[in-house]
Amino acid sequence: MLNTFMQSRLRGLMILALILIILPAFLGNPFHYELVTQMAIIAATVVGLNLLVGFAGQISLGHAGFFGLGAYFTGIATGTYGWPSVPALVVGAIVVGFIAWIVGRPILRLKGHYLSMATLAVGFIIAIILNNERALTGGPDGMPVPAFEVFGWELSAFGSYSLFGIDIEGFQAWYIFASVVLLVAVWFALNLIESPIGRALRSVHGSEVAASVVGVNTAKYKSLVFVISAIYASLMGSLYAHFQGFITPAVASFEFSILFITMVVLGGMGSTFGVIIGAVVLKLLPQVLADFQELEHVMFGLILMLTMIFMPKGLLPTLTAFVSRKMRKKAGGEA
Amino acid sequence: MLAEFLQYLFTGITIGATYALIALGFTLIYNASHVINFAQGEFLMIGGMATVSLTAMGVPMILAVVLAVILAGILGVALQRFAIAPAKQADVVTLIIITIGASIFIRGIAQVVWGKEYHVMQNFSTDQPIQVFGAVLNSQSLWVLGIGAILVVGLVLFFTKTLIGKAILATSMNKEAARLVGIRTQMVLMLAFMVSALLGSVAGIVVAPITFTSYDIGIILGLKGFVAAAIGGLGSGVGAVVGGLSLGIVEAMAAGYISSDYKDAVAFSMILLVLFFMPRGLFGAKVVERV
Repeated sequence: MLNTFMQSRLRGLMILALILIILPAFLGNPFHYELVTQMAIIAATVVGLNLLVGFAGQISLGHAGFFGLGAYFTGIATGTYGWPSVPALVVGAIVVGFIAWIVGRPILRLKGHYLSMATLAVGFIIAIILNNERALTGGPDGMPVPAFEVFGWELSAFGSYSLFGIDIEGFQAWYIFASVVLLVAVWFALNLIESPIGRALRSVHGSEVAASVVGVNTAKYKSLVFVISAIYASLMGSLYAHFQGFITPAVASFEFSILFITMVVLGGMGSTFGVIIGAVVLKLLPQVLADFQELEHVMFGLILMLTMIFMPKGLLPTLTAFVSRKMRKKAGGEA
Repeated sequence: MLAEFLQYLFTGITIGATYALIALGFTLIYNASHVINFAQGEFLMIGGMATVSLTAMGVPMILAVVLAVILAGILGVALQRFAIAPAKQADVVTLIIITIGASIFIRGIAQVVWGKEYHVMQNFSTDQPIQVFGAVLNSQSLWVLGIGAILVVGLVLFFTKTLIGKAILATSMNKEAARLVGIRTQMVLMLAFMVSALLGSVAGIVVAPITFTSYDIGIILGLKGFVAAAIGGLGSGVGAVVGGLSLGIVEAMAAGYISSDYKDAVAFSMILLVLFFMPRGLFGAKVVERV
């Protein structure tokens, strides 16, 4: 039983790795690489958010706030104060985790729509602060962020590098880096889900009262997963800032928060690989719909509504259910 | 001193009355179906924009208002019928995403039809401001307050005196029981969305001369209405009115005395503060959770 679990967990990770390795064969130009690298960073953020939403059943409509805080911590620490990238990223994540812990304690007592309201409010307040503290953040105009560097070695989308004797461009190096980050993010999430913590979280999702009756400290676990998902967002925000080279308060905006939660729900709440598909689809859709020009938003809203109405469980869970039903029917027919 | 305070108070009450109407719309739909309708702000936008463009085409003001309200009402029914009803077993978050999809859709259409510019609507009566103890009161504010009050009284009468109103109340209390006594709950849900859309569009029309109107005005107004409804306690009509007015006043005072940059932050800090101490808002119902 445990063995098959381990296998299926690894299998998913292997398939993802394989896709990430094969993908460059289909990427023609730097713009494609940029899009896919963004997708990987956003997907890793959403994998973290899914731990909170999909497994612990707690809604967050303000997660871009933490993403934005991470991005701006990195931007200010490396750009304004000249910190190296890695300490900025780590300290940023610790600070954001701490903020999430402070904020999370009173907020996570709330249920349902009140929790959505409160997380929305936290996200909004963060975005408003980033918008208004011009001296620190550059205000609505945004701020430049230096390239990512480790021990004097700089990773810039515009540089060129040599990896194991093969010459690669900066945007390709970023793609490799972001792919590795995504794989690590997924690996950590999968392990967390199968750990005792993950089991406790799912019991909270099932019924919070029942979970606390059988001795699960629900407040502790909810706050823990809130902090973990905020740290995911902060780390990815930092990387996003380095990759983009320029950030504006839009990274912390309500629209971005909504995009994150939509990726989770559209891809399939509680399915780690599903939410990655959600991220890919929602990053890709505007590119595809750009051809419709002024009808872009109409189409986007329509597709969003129709998908959620007809696939309320999300893309991946609906598709796998569909496939396995077909398979069973086929097997039944042969028997 | 006094003039300044009165000035902020007038601004606060006017915008607060608008928030109250939006919050009432949220409350109605929430009570009937337990859905938080993130497309609520779009009803305001439709009301304001349709009135502006109809009057620009030469339609008399009164007729334009009526047509705009009818348009919003149809939209409300369509939203329930085609987006909410087919997804009835869906998760709370899924329903939220559906209403967000609906609002993006409606906004997208508005953008195509009316463009991205701001539109100006004339005051209903005089443009001449009224002087009160040195403070300036926009005559349109009186329209907002007056029509807001009429709508609230109308709603109270609707729910206490009419059979349809009582049917909506019954459905919100217990859907199964309501169906058993012969109430067509599907009808009631559509009606709730329609009334909510009517409220929203009227609010959007009366406030348009003050705030101007544009295709994306519904986002922030809708959110403020949600904040107001949550402050008051979701599902409470009194709470919606109190929440709306207090939010408007606190916001105007903060903008005036503290910093207008942080005006929006005040609303969201206020809701956090209220929820920290009263997790179900000021007038929210006590709920015993069953396992």
